[in-house]
Amino acid sequence: MKIARIVGTTISTIEDEKVRDKKLLICAETDQKGKVFGKSYVAVDLVDAGEGDLVLTCHGSAARQTHLTKDSPVDAVVMAVLDELEVDGEIVFRM
Amino acid sequence: MLIAKVIGTTVSTIKDETLKGCKLLILRQTEVDGIPFGKPYVAVDTLDAGIGDLVLTAHGSSGRLTAITKNKPVDAVIMAVIDHLAVNGDVPFKKE
Repeated sequence: MKIARIVGTTISTIEDEKVRDKKLLICAETDQKGKVFGKSYVAVDLVDAGEGDLVLTCHGSAARQTHLTKDSPVDAVVMAVLDELEVDGEIVFRM
Repeated sequence: MLIAKVIGTTVSTIKDETLKGCKLLILRQTEVDGIPFGKPYVAVDTLDAGIGDLVLTAHGSSGRLTAITKNKPVDAVIMAVIDHLAVNGDVPFKKE
């Protein structure tokens, strides 16, 4: 899994029938403190996350182990919204 | 999934027989503003996307979970054509 921040949403009319009605969020990977780095990617939202939230995303075939994404052409899902992160005994992020 | 721009098409006569009739497009990954970066890659088009379109591509075994790519030697598929992107209340990309 990756820690990521939600930076936006994508809107599309023409899409595979199995991804219709799914919320596709633009995520940017962050370090353990919630600081964004690297390239952005898109994941299906399972938990009603919103822009600015710090989330966990899961990738590859693991992303299709949910009712919503089973057998769909999906390779990333948002599967948790983070409340806080603790690193070395210190709270580095709190919602 | 990755946001990518369609930059071209591939044409090939000799290919795996299951791929006959599949449209193979050349893409480059883009940032949220639609500006491409990095190396080009090829994905099967299931949605009749065109050159210049911003699309979403799914990779790995996910690329074989559309009606057109099932059980084929495919590792990337275009599964959505993007109308617009919304980032921080802005619209950095809108399809013309």
